[in-house]
Formats: sequence, C-alpha cells, structure tokens
Amino acid sequence: MDQKSSSLGRFGSKTILYLILMVFVFIFGFPFYYMFVLSTVPGTEVYRNPPHIFFKSSFFTNIRALFDDIPFAINFFNSFGIATLATVTVIFFCTMGGFALAKYDFKWKKPIFVLMLSTMAIPPFLNIIPFFKMMIFFQWYGTWLPLIVPGMANAFGIILMTQFMQSSIPDALMDAARIDGLTEFGILTRIAFPLSRSGIAVLGIMTFINSWNNFLGALVMLPNIQSTTLPVALSKLFMQMDGDRGGLMAGTVLAVVPLIFVFIAFNKQIISGLAAGSVKG
Amino acid sequence: MVETGKRIAPYVFISPFLILFAVFGLFPILYSITISFFKWTLAGPQDFRGIQNYISLLTTDPFFIGSLKTTFILLVFGSLLQHVFAIPLAIVLNDQKVKGRGFFKIMYFLPYITSTVVIALVFNQLYEQNYGWFNFIIENWLGLEGVKWIQNPGAIKASIAIMVNWRFIGWNTIIYLAGLQAIDKVLYEAAEIDGATGFRKHWHVTVPLLLPIIFFAVSMSIIGGMQLFEEPFVLMKGYETMGGPSNAGLTSAYYLLGTGFNFNRFGKASAIAWILFAIIMAMTWMNKVVTDRLQR
Repeated sequence: MDQKSSSLGRFGSKTILYLILMVFVFIFGFPFYYMFVLSTVPGTEVYRNPPHIFFKSSFFTNIRALFDDIPFAINFFNSFGIATLATVTVIFFCTMGGFALAKYDFKWKKPIFVLMLSTMAIPPFLNIIPFFKMMIFFQWYGTWLPLIVPGMANAFGIILMTQFMQSSIPDALMDAARIDGLTEFGILTRIAFPLSRSGIAVLGIMTFINSWNNFLGALVMLPNIQSTTLPVALSKLFMQMDGDRGGLMAGTVLAVVPLIFVFIAFNKQIISGLAAGSVKG
Repeated sequence: MVETGKRIAPYVFISPFLILFAVFGLFPILYSITISFFKWTLAGPQDFRGIQNYISLLTTDPFFIGSLKTTFILLVFGSLLQHVFAIPLAIVLNDQKVKGRGFFKIMYFLPYITSTVVIALVFNQLYEQNYGWFNFIIENWLGLEGVKWIQNPGAIKASIAIMVNWRFIGWNTIIYLAGLQAIDKVLYEAAEIDGATGFRKHWHVTVPLLLPIIFFAVSMSIIGGMQLFEEPFVLMKGYETMGGPSNAGLTSAYYLLGTGFNFNRFGKASAIAWILFAIIMAMTWMNKVVTDRLQR
C-alpha cells in the first residue's frame, strides 16, 4: 500500500494521530491510576492540594480500615459465589439452548428466535417492581437465587452460542454418534460442549464480569450490608460516611483488580465476543 | 427411537429459556401493567385508580417531569455525544498501519468492564471541589474558577455525563470497529478514484455503510440512557438526596427506584416504568425512521 491509499488520508500526520490515541489512553487510564494511588494514601491525607500523583505506603493500613468498615470477606464471598454460580448455570443452559437453535430443525424455531431477540429489547426496569414482589412471595428475597436463576437461560447467551455452534459442530459427527447409540443429551454433553469451548469461554467471561458488576439486582435483592455483594457494600460505605476515604479506595481496588486480570488475560475473546454479538444482532 | 429423540430434543433444550422467560419475564411485565393501575404498597393493592397514576405523573408531579428533563439532557450529552468520539476512534483503529491497536483497544475497553460503583467513587474524588484533579487543572492550569461538580445543579449533570461518556466510548468504539471491518475495501478504492480523500472519503463511504451499526449502537444508547441509574445514584448518594441539590441528578430510573423501594409506592413506580418504556419505543422507532431515510 502506498501513502495515497492510506485510509488516514488528510486526517493529519501520523504523529498527531498517535497523540490523539494516547490522549484517550490517558483519559481512560488516569482514573484507574488515581484509584491505585489513593488506595495507598493514608485516609487522613486523601484530601490535599495539589491532589496526589505518587504512591504512598499505606495500602495495608487502608485494607485493615476497610475490613473494619464492611464485612469484606462476606461481601467478597457473595460476589464471587454469585458470579461463579451464574457463570456455570449460564454456560450450561445457554449452550444447551444454542445447540437446539444451531443444530436442529424444528417447527417453532423461527418464532422462538424472534421472541428471543425481542426479549433483549425489554428494559430491565419494566419488570423490577413485580419481580421484587415475586421474589418476596417465593421467599427468595435476601438470597442469591434472584441474581442467578432468572438469567440462567438468557437470550443474549443463547444467541451468542448459536452463532458459535453453527460452524463448530459437524452434522456428520452428530449422525455418527447417533448410530453409535448416543442419546441427544449425550451428543450435547459429549460432543457439543467440548467442541464449543471457545464460545463457552467468551460467554463465561462476559457472564462473570456482568454478574460481578451487577449493582441494581444486588441493591434491590440484598440490601443488607452484612449479606450483600462487594459493589453494593462499597456504595453503602460511601453513602454512610464522609471521613476516612483510604479504606474506601482500597476497597475499589480489591473490587476491580480481579476483573482487570480476567480482562487482560482474555481481552481478545471478550472484544471479539462483543463484536460478534453486535454485528449480527 | 433415534428419530423421536431428534424431534423432541430441541424443545427440551430450549425449554429452560421458555420457562424462565414466562416466569421471570412475561409474567412480571403483565403484572406490572396491573400494578400501575392501583395505589399499591408492599402489602398489596389498596385502591383501583385507573390511569390516575399516569395522569398525575405526567401533569402534576414536578419530580417526574424534572427527572424526564434530566434524563433527556443526560441522554444527549452522555449517551449520544459519545458516538461523536467513538466513530472517529474506530476509523483510526481500523487502519492496519496503526501500531499497537491491541493496546489501544484494551485501554479503551477497560472502563466498560469496571463496576459503575467503583467508577462513581473514583470520579467523586476527581470531582472534589477543593482537592480534586478536575478543579486543580481548571484553577491552576487554565486560571479559571473551580466548578462545584457535585454541588451545583448544572455541574451535577455535566459530572454524570462525563462519567457516562468515559464508560461507554470504548464500548461503542469496539462496536463500530466490528462494523468497519465488514466494509469492503474496494469501495474505498473506488472513492479514491473519484478523487475523495481523508475526511470526505469517510463521510461519503464509511458513514453511509456504517448506518446499520450506527442504528444498533444508537438504539442501545437510547435504551441504556433512558434507564440511566447507577452513575447518578451512587454519585449523588442514593435515596438520601434523590439526585442531590435541586434533584439535579435525579433521572427517571432513579426516581422509579426511589418511588418503589424507598417510598413504598409500587403502583406509581410501575406507571413510571411504562411511561419510560413508551418513550424508549417511540425514540427507537424515530431512530429507525431517520436511519431508513438516510440510507435511501
């Protein structure tokens, strides 16, 4: 490709281009950097002019303060437990549903697919009030169940898996398995699951991240700071007090770091999964 | 035997979705219509009110009308403005000659995977009137007067809009990038033969071809923006302040939650939900009409 066919064209010279890209890196990166810095600043020194820019040494003091402020172990366990169970169940039920849509022909396939697409357009706020009342009636209020069960077989996950499985499971292999006497459920567990590993990885990571960050659901269903998830506990701590910010900032770091690791490790899968879901969706 | 299994299996496999949708999707939606016609607290229905909840919300409730205005302002400057940044960023990142595209994508996408609570807590520190970075830069580098980011009603809206932009520009960039990668390179070459370069080439080739993706991304922004809740709720400290001074940060979804879970008025809250739903549908439809007209 010569210079003329570069799609940058008149947008400006390369230097300016990279400068703009780096400015956005700074815009998106700086709040994270500042969060890490503040998590190491003693709570009494957080408010300072000029604001902090360098790391201090009080990270573990702040962590201890955080542990006094909120039942961190319980909150972390709840976040982790809910996200893990949500991920496992979503993987199972969405792979199963996706398998049906990708590899079988049946009469109600089209209408079910359309129904799925339309459920994705329903705003969650539309049913939160009756959902809350239902959860009280089911005696699920205050438990993990409302944050796991309703989303187990969600349309987004099923459609994502349908797209992956259309190309990754050969029909001939399924027929051969039937001749060998495998049941349809056997084909699902022994053939479809192993062959959809890459799709399952995308779905699993995205589910874990969404569940870990789920604020609204946990706020409504687990309002008690003693039994809620980490984001809700941090928000309650923030709303309660105005004094010591060191513990709070240490808490934000602990809430974010696991996800940053997951994201950086799987960034290609996450970004491609999102792109696949949107372009076809 | 095998044939029967093959016929029944797909229905069995898809049944969890149908059952869960019926119980946790369809039923609550129908139920919420009923609730919205009653004066209804946690204990159950008190009075049938017909469409009184809707009428009073739309005509006499200053909080709801104010919350709609706030929601629209934030929709424009928070949810829609970000496309102005995301599309050019995606065009630049789509250039194979740009080095480090993987790094840029990771950095731009990082805000999206971060908990909104964490984002609000960090931005709260950045917005701090006397000790935050925003005012430090404004006062010492630009020589202007500092902004009361979390106290002044106008500034509160700006604070929330900045957070929304910050969180979703990268998400939209990735969506547009996926759309751009589907565009045939031949079209660019044709445009260049016709003498179009740089900005004009993208305006005449890229943007029209990107319209379906723009429609998708803008629709998602409308759906998300009309339900904006977490950013203002955490930044303005929840039910205590209901949006801060002059309720400046009170979005309609925030008001819905407060009406239901704090003030125990479930009927009114359900009516808010349906009004919001109607607005979302109308705006998505308008978006469709505009997109169709532009595509012609």
